[in-house]
Amino acid sequence: MFVRPFKSDARTVSIVIDGETVEASDGEMLAAVLLRTPPFYARKTPVSESPRAPYCLMGVCFDCLATVDGLASVQTCLTPVRDGMTVERQSGRRELSK
Amino acid sequence: MSSRDDVVVVGAGPAGMAAAARLRSMAIRVTLVDEQPAPGGQIWRNLEANRNTAVGKALGSDYAAGAAAVAALRGSGCSLRFGTQVWQLEDGQSDADWRVFLKTAEGLDMLPASIVLLAGGAQERPNPFPGWTLPGVVSVGAAQILMKSAGQIPAEPVWVAGAGPLPLLYMTQLLALGGKIAGYLDTTPRGNLVAALPHLPRALAAWRDLRKGIGWLKVLRRSAVPIVKDVAEIAASGSDCLETVTYRPRGGAAVTVPARLLLVHEGVVPAIHVTMAMGCRHDWRDDQQCFAPSLDGWGETSRAGLYVAGDGAGIGGAEAARLRGEIAALGIARKLGKLSEAEAGQRAAPFRRALKKALAPRPFLDALYRPRPEIFAPAGHTVVCRCEEVTADQICRAAGKGGPNQLKAFTRAGMGPCQGRQCGYTVSHLLARSLNSSPGEVGFFHIRPPLKPVTLGELATLEVEEATP
Amino acid sequence: MQNAEVVIVGAGIVGSALAYGLARTGCRVLVLDGEDLDFRAARANFGLVWVQGKGPGMPAYQHLTRDSSDLWPAFHAELCETAATAVDYERKGGLYFCIGEDGFEARRQALHRLHNQPAAAADDCEMLDRRQLEGLMPAVPFGPEVTGASYCWRDGHVNPLQLLQALHRATEKLGGAVLSGQTVTRIEAGTLGFQVTTAKGVFGADRLVIAAGVASGDLARQVGLDVPVRPQRGQILVTERMAPWLPLPASGLRQTSEGTIMIGATQEEVGFDTGTTVEKAGFLARKALRVIPRLAEARLVRQWSGLRVMTPDSYPLYAQSESHPGAFVLLCHSGVTLAAAHAGVVAAAVASGQLSESLTSFHHRRFLKDVRQAV
Repeated sequence: MFVRPFKSDARTVSIVIDGETVEASDGEMLAAVLLRTPPFYARKTPVSESPRAPYCLMGVCFDCLATVDGLASVQTCLTPVRDGMTVERQSGRRELSK
Repeated sequence: MSSRDDVVVVGAGPAGMAAAARLRSMAIRVTLVDEQPAPGGQIWRNLEANRNTAVGKALGSDYAAGAAAVAALRGSGCSLRFGTQVWQLEDGQSDADWRVFLKTAEGLDMLPASIVLLAGGAQERPNPFPGWTLPGVVSVGAAQILMKSAGQIPAEPVWVAGAGPLPLLYMTQLLALGGKIAGYLDTTPRGNLVAALPHLPRALAAWRDLRKGIGWLKVLRRSAVPIVKDVAEIAASGSDCLETVTYRPRGGAAVTVPARLLLVHEGVVPAIHVTMAMGCRHDWRDDQQCFAPSLDGWGETSRAGLYVAGDGAGIGGAEAARLRGEIAALGIARKLGKLSEAEAGQRAAPFRRALKKALAPRPFLDALYRPRPEIFAPAGHTVVCRCEEVTADQICRAAGKGGPNQLKAFTRAGMGPCQGRQCGYTVSHLLARSLNSSPGEVGFFHIRPPLKPVTLGELATLEVEEATP
Repeated sequence: MQNAEVVIVGAGIVGSALAYGLARTGCRVLVLDGEDLDFRAARANFGLVWVQGKGPGMPAYQHLTRDSSDLWPAFHAELCETAATAVDYERKGGLYFCIGEDGFEARRQALHRLHNQPAAAADDCEMLDRRQLEGLMPAVPFGPEVTGASYCWRDGHVNPLQLLQALHRATEKLGGAVLSGQTVTRIEAGTLGFQVTTAKGVFGADRLVIAAGVASGDLARQVGLDVPVRPQRGQILVTERMAPWLPLPASGLRQTSEGTIMIGATQEEVGFDTGTTVEKAGFLARKALRVIPRLAEARLVRQWSGLRVMTPDSYPLYAQSESHPGAFVLLCHSGVTLAAAHAGVVAAAVASGQLSESLTSFHHRRFLKDVRQAV
């Protein structure tokens, strides 16, 4: 959906999205990474399990929610990436945590 | 901890930064809070990191102009809390007039303050249309944030649909970075220009701004971007993601084009979530088709000690936001007894003159980009409440018995995580239409805490004294 | 010309259930509702259809509650059919979680006392120890402090907002009218019945029922009734939607059919203040986490408050005026549980013009008696 021809100077880190290792820049917005990583959506809605990708990127739409390092329903547009971060795209209604 | 004179400023955009620096220059203790990791707000997002980069260059001079404000903030001695969200404001106890409840990655925190200045800016106007929730439909503002914060651009030639200065600016920035545009669906109603002309003379006071806009249009035309004017309706289709866009020029036939990414924008509106939650009085601004908090000349809301500066006071752009920030800072200093009435008035006078000039193009721009009516009356099957997936039909069927809060109770529109940020206006408009009234008469959702979602575990850590009535 | 046989002031849960019940019998009803931002306890409700623990000191209330609960399934089915709308409702029993050994013992004793009251039903409530509770709901991760719960098979829960909407729709389908934005300012009695004035118009009816919740005081006085009612604030938390994990409702913790978790409620004497407090948000969160620690990562989406319609002994107030025959006042804070009774026996009483024998215990005269005795 989006590509990143202008990488920042920040060091490259690795994060894991749904088991797949993805390169990112340290501290960049997680939602930005989701928008350049197929299948691009962040979650499937709790109401109808429809896929939703980040939409507003400024914290007012709540469509960019994903599970980050085990914590569900995190607004990925407000989450800076850290090395080793694990991300799971949410599917439907979230579970009671383990 | 001497917190008597503390001011908490929420939002590190042009208004917040100007206010914080001005307050600091008067030796007032200020903490500036922003949920982003760095200062700049949305317009100057990620400014520090983009200095001397290709992206920074493509973003243009208005973007670069923020550097001075950011540097002033960094040098002001203001306490800075980034990555910090405000999730509630309450009347303080004996320690201060306000308690500002914060959330960071480390947990919850609370700042007592005498004055709170909200400089949270604006958000894009919700513009529901069929298929707008599909992956592949992104707002223009979001696309620009991606450009600024991640150096990202659309992978393929992108479709842009909407109206206002922002799509034009974004498209010129995108072209400067080598991006491709499949087409621009300009939804500005054709009759708007004629309606806006009477305001043009006044707007000429800010002729540089107008010239900028004309410049953007020229760039687009030079780049042979296909432009369709007076588009009345758009719709996005696809099974799991965007596959086609259908658009219909007013009075014309619908056209369908393949598309993988559609960027949309229908203007910006003040972010009213916090002021609504605080029970502040709001006015319906028919010229800007939005609610805005009622403010006195210093930016104080109807709640004592709560101020608003910037686009949150009314859409005006970065320069107007900066000036409102300056004026609010002087008003707050006066309130705190650091400046006399006369001193404050004197020092504010040049800012007020400049603000008037900065706002000169507004009537023209507001009329030129007055949203088309279709935005407020989306097709029946359009999802209006994105969170709870409530359609326009469902809302209209429940309308007629009471106001927006009854409607929310009966349809669940507004009950999801965004708490009405994306659907509140549409619900008020739909209700107004069914009652032959205006959103100003109909009102808005009752906004409640938390202003940002906090976890039960975080809440459980709070040990707060009960506020005595 | 009268607009209706019965005018009901207030389209909350009580007024609307009554309206539906009256309309069901062919009575012409007109319900006058106030403004969108009125106090509206009906829109702040927790949603329990509850029997256990109710009625200490008032057997008649125990009885009424139980009867209403038993009528609820049929009431619900008929309502949904008439209104042609869904109302999520389940009656599989309900729980009251006990924290600590002391908590368990206190609950056991409280229920035992209730069991000994004249109107008590045999065996609808039992104590479950921790092991039995886990056996009942093996997948629920109870916290270590939970020692058990009381369980009542009669308890259930409903979506109170769907209920309210269905009552409005059903009333209209049956020929009644529900008008909003009609705040009543004046009530006058005349030879033809009652004349009710609102900001927008004047309406006439043979009979009048005031069911305006905490705003009923002034109106009741206009028909010669001085009813002691006060607001009592209750704050509630609701989380994001979750996959189903809590199969039974508890008083204070339930999972709705949408999947959200509701946590409630406080009991605060703060007058007509419908604000919320961070302090109580923390209190309610801690309360929930003592029962289910794994809720810690669930996100709060909204905190709200409602003003319970509270009488001096907390029990319903059904009063009929002597100075203004045909005028009634109906007030209670358990309007959801009692909805079936309100649509049934109470509607019948209003239609007949006389509160029946079984309802006379709820007359507000019981408060005057206390006052006289105290003096």
